[in-house]
Parts: sequence; C-alpha cells; structure tokens
Amino acid sequence: MTDLTHLTIAEARDGLKAKSFSATELAKAHIAAIEKARALNAYVLETPDKALAMAKASDEKIAKGEAGALEGIPLGIKDLFCTEGVVSTAASKILGNFNPPYESTVTRNLWNDGAVMLGKLNMDEFAMGSSNETSAFGPVVSPWRREGSNVSAGASGAIEGTHLVPGGSSGGSAAAVAAHLCLGATATDTGGSIRQPAAFTGTVGIKPTYGRVSRWGTVAFASSLDQAGPIARTVRDAAIMLRSMSGPDAKDTTCVDLPVPDFEAAVSRGVKGLKIGIPKEYRIDGMSPEIDALWAQGVEWLRQAGAEIVEVSLPHTKYALPAYYIVAPAEASSNLARYDGVRYGLRVPGKDIVELYEKTRAAGFGREVKRRIMIGTYVLSAGYYDAYYVRAQKIRTLIKQDFEKVYASGIHAILTPATPSAAFGIGEKGSADPVEMYLNDIFTVTVNMAGLPGIAVPAGLDAQGLPLGLQLIGRAFDEETLFAAGQVIENAAGRIKLPQPWW
Amino acid sequence: MSVDQKTVRRIAHLARIAVTEEEVPHLQGELNAILSFVEQLNEVNVDGVEPMTSVTPMTMKKRQDGVTDGGYADKVVRNAPATEDNFFLVPKVIE
Repeated sequence: MTDLTHLTIAEARDGLKAKSFSATELAKAHIAAIEKARALNAYVLETPDKALAMAKASDEKIAKGEAGALEGIPLGIKDLFCTEGVVSTAASKILGNFNPPYESTVTRNLWNDGAVMLGKLNMDEFAMGSSNETSAFGPVVSPWRREGSNVSAGASGAIEGTHLVPGGSSGGSAAAVAAHLCLGATATDTGGSIRQPAAFTGTVGIKPTYGRVSRWGTVAFASSLDQAGPIARTVRDAAIMLRSMSGPDAKDTTCVDLPVPDFEAAVSRGVKGLKIGIPKEYRIDGMSPEIDALWAQGVEWLRQAGAEIVEVSLPHTKYALPAYYIVAPAEASSNLARYDGVRYGLRVPGKDIVELYEKTRAAGFGREVKRRIMIGTYVLSAGYYDAYYVRAQKIRTLIKQDFEKVYASGIHAILTPATPSAAFGIGEKGSADPVEMYLNDIFTVTVNMAGLPGIAVPAGLDAQGLPLGLQLIGRAFDEETLFAAGQVIENAAGRIKLPQPWW
Repeated sequence: MSVDQKTVRRIAHLARIAVTEEEVPHLQGELNAILSFVEQLNEVNVDGVEPMTSVTPMTMKKRQDGVTDGGYADKVVRNAPATEDNFFLVPKVIE
C-alpha cells in the first residue's frame, strides 16, 4: 500500500470513497508521521484523540453514503483559528492556555464538510512575521535543506546546524504540508503570510478576495487586510479546501453574501484566450537573476498554453509596503488592545489597573508584536494621524486604482514572482533592522492592500535546490481564474519533489 | 520624522506596555528604522485622493436589532484569570 500521507486531498477523497482505506487508517498514518517529526516544531498542539474520534465518525458517514466534501480528510489548523475546547494561542504567551468556548467559522465549515483535525500549527506570534521566528513556541524548522547542507536531526532529536525558515506567518502550516504531516492546512494572510511560506516550501497557497472567507473566530491582526485561505500540495487540493472554507456568514459583516463557486471545476479550464498582465514595476533593483528567469519561464508557459501576455503598469507598487507598515500596525494596535490581563490569558499583578495592563502586556507580547503595537499607537496618536495614517489610506486607494485600471483594460490576471528570494536561514534576516525582514512581502502585500485574490504556485528550484514560487493576482472574487492559471503552471513545472524525511 | 527617547516612553505608556530603561534605546532605533522606511510615502501626490475606508465596495449588512446569542456568563468568564460570581475581578480603580 502506498504511504497514505503522500496522497493528495483529491486522491485521498477518491480512495476513501472506493473504500481502499478508511478515514481511521488515514488519520493514524498522519498521527504517526507527526510524532516522528516533532523536531520540526510544526505542530504546537497535537490532537490525536480528537482526530481518531472525528475519523471514526467519518468512516460511519462514508459507510452510510453521507460523506461530505472533505469527509475523513486530515488537516492541520493554524493556531490563529479558535477551536472549541482546544487551546488556541496565536503563538503568543499573552493568550496562555486560552480555551475557546466557540468554534471559528472557517473550522466549523471544515468540520461540517467532514474534515478531521490533527492539531494546531505553529506560526509567527499574532501572525506578525515572515519566518516563523517570532513564535512563543520557538521557530519552525523547514523540511527543506540547501544542497550539501549539514543540517540534521541529532541523537536527541534536536536539530543541528543552521536550518532554513519555512517562511511566515503560516510557517507551521507550510512546513506541515511540505513534510506530509497533514493533507492540507488552514492559514491566514495579512501581507503575504499564506503565499510567502507556500513559495518557501514548494506548496500551493491562496489568499482569497477580502470578504470571501469569514474572519469570525480567527484572532484578528489587521482586520481590513486579514483573510484566511488554504495551503496544500496541489492547485486542485487548494481549490477543494477553499470551497469548504468559504461562504457567507452572518457573524462577519465584511464577509460577502455571494455564492461559492465550484473552484475545483475551474482547475481544468486552462488559460486559452485569457490576457495575463506582467507588471513592469515588479522588476525591482537587485532582483536575483534566478527569480527573473523563473518569471520569464512562467510567462512562456502561460503563452504556450494559449494566454495573451501583456505588459502592464501598477505605478504605486513601491509604496504598498511602506503604506502597509502604517495601516497594519495601526489596526493591530487597536485589535490587540483587548489583551489586558482581565478577560482571558496572562495576568501580571500590579498596584493599580494601569500597572496591571502595562506589566501584563510587557510580559505577554514578544518583541515584534510590541514594536508593531507601538508604531501603530504612534501613527494614530494626536498630531500624527493625518501625516501617517490618513496619507497611507489615501495611498491604499491609489494602489487599488492601479489594479482597477489594469483589469478595466481587459486583463484577467497578473503574473509576478511570489518572493524576492528562496528561503533563508534562521537568524539571517531582520536582527539589526526590522525592515530587512519586511521586504519579504514586497510582491505579496499589494494584493492585501487592494483586497484582491492571490495564489502562489511552485514553479522551480534555485541553484541550491530550494523551491521558488510564482504568484498570480486576480480580479476581485475571481479565484477561479487563479486556479485555472495556477494549474497551467503546475502542469508545466511538474509537481515539486518534496523532501524525504531526514528529521 | 524620528522619535526621541521621551517619545518612545510616551508611546509605550499610551500602548500600555511597560518598557525598561535598557529597552528604550533599542526600541527607539527600531521605530526610527520603520519611520524612515515609510518616509518615502511623502513623495506621493495625494491631493484629492479619498482615503480608503472599505477595500471592497459594500453596504454594511444589517439585521433586526434583537438578541440572537448569549445567556452564558459562565462561558464568557471561563478563561479569565480572576472572577467572582461571573464578574471579572480587577484591582480597585476608584479610591
């Protein structure tokens, strides 16, 4: 029998339907793989008992012919999603052992469709980071290694050598999918947190249009930018998962009342007759020749598949990242005001209520989170609000208008690189200057600022044998075109061979 | 624009985050690095541009103003560090 952890979601679904194996066997195979991979630190909480109970229920439903769209499919859940009765921490000390008495809409939708929860996945604290190094649970180890690297799992199971980061903030999600520790994972993306780790790990990640997926029950970072989406091993699997995650929700007023298309059906549409835009402003100074070559290759693949390639201009691209570092921290400083040591999580006593707040928040938040709350507090403070926050929101309007003009000219989707480089080593970036780390999101952040959908698809390997991804940006609520074009890239590039276990 | 150490302490207090004397210079450097990075936004002509308020044009969903949830105070306070009779406990705030 083939290794059940190496199936795609589509293959597992077919195998379960044909009764080639049971949901319980599928869950057990993953539980065993997770136990052997603890050195990667991808899961912060394993829930094997819950997985087996859910798998048993799935087997009963399959036997009765009542299987849901994801019946028996074992998934990992980013620890930003609140899961009823299962500790949810956002990888922050300040949430401590927060045990939600409710279920997020995204996870509720997945369980309603029959999915099985394997556990909660590591991430950057409050989703603030691009390398998973800001987690209160420690960094995630990427299953990828540079060619000739000396990284290994030592006798004690600890990692030896300078390992690579899986990207972030959804680093646990990307690492778990790439290391075959789940068939797919939930993730969230505020400035690139789905697409950048997907690109770093040779997996597929899609951030849907703002409003496609409910944010209810997902710990908030920057509410006008946050959107949940899946990370999976194929374009088709991402389409299957996104369909289950999406849909209207009365509990989130920004979640739209639109029917959810059959995303999987769009996978085989192809790109014949589509106009694909290539934005010249993404050709940044000092871009590595490898990324440039990958991008040119992507253009060629789409052209050969029948798409028309058009050079386009998005003139405000370079201002998206600095504007983001005003808007996102401003919203974060407001959202994270709720962590006060009173209603949940950590409390450090003080002589009065203000000292209780200040000591609790000093002890509970990590460095990156404090930094962003403080920047946000500053740009919203009296005397600076217009100069920073209002100006950034005006620039956001200009960024959105750039995209609107391009789409109004008949462009169906835009092709760009997903990241400016392949994965880097732990501790290599941002220790002296936080902006160095922020530059990881230079190609992805525009998409959040404009509320558009974006998908990252593996497209090749760099000279060191590490995966590189391409990004496709779509029109609002047209994820289907991204799945269609993403599949063309996946077909042309061939499925990336994921690393064999060395951990 | 850049911040001095006094401003760093003021921001930290506004954000209700205690900072030690040793942390202040580091925070000052990091905040100034970010502020200098966002400085380039001043190059952009934003005359007559509306600041964004909603990324997707939408009218706010409305519903009947009625009770749809609740009635479980015990669940609401279950995760609190200190409670009494379904109330959150805090240090005395009124002398």
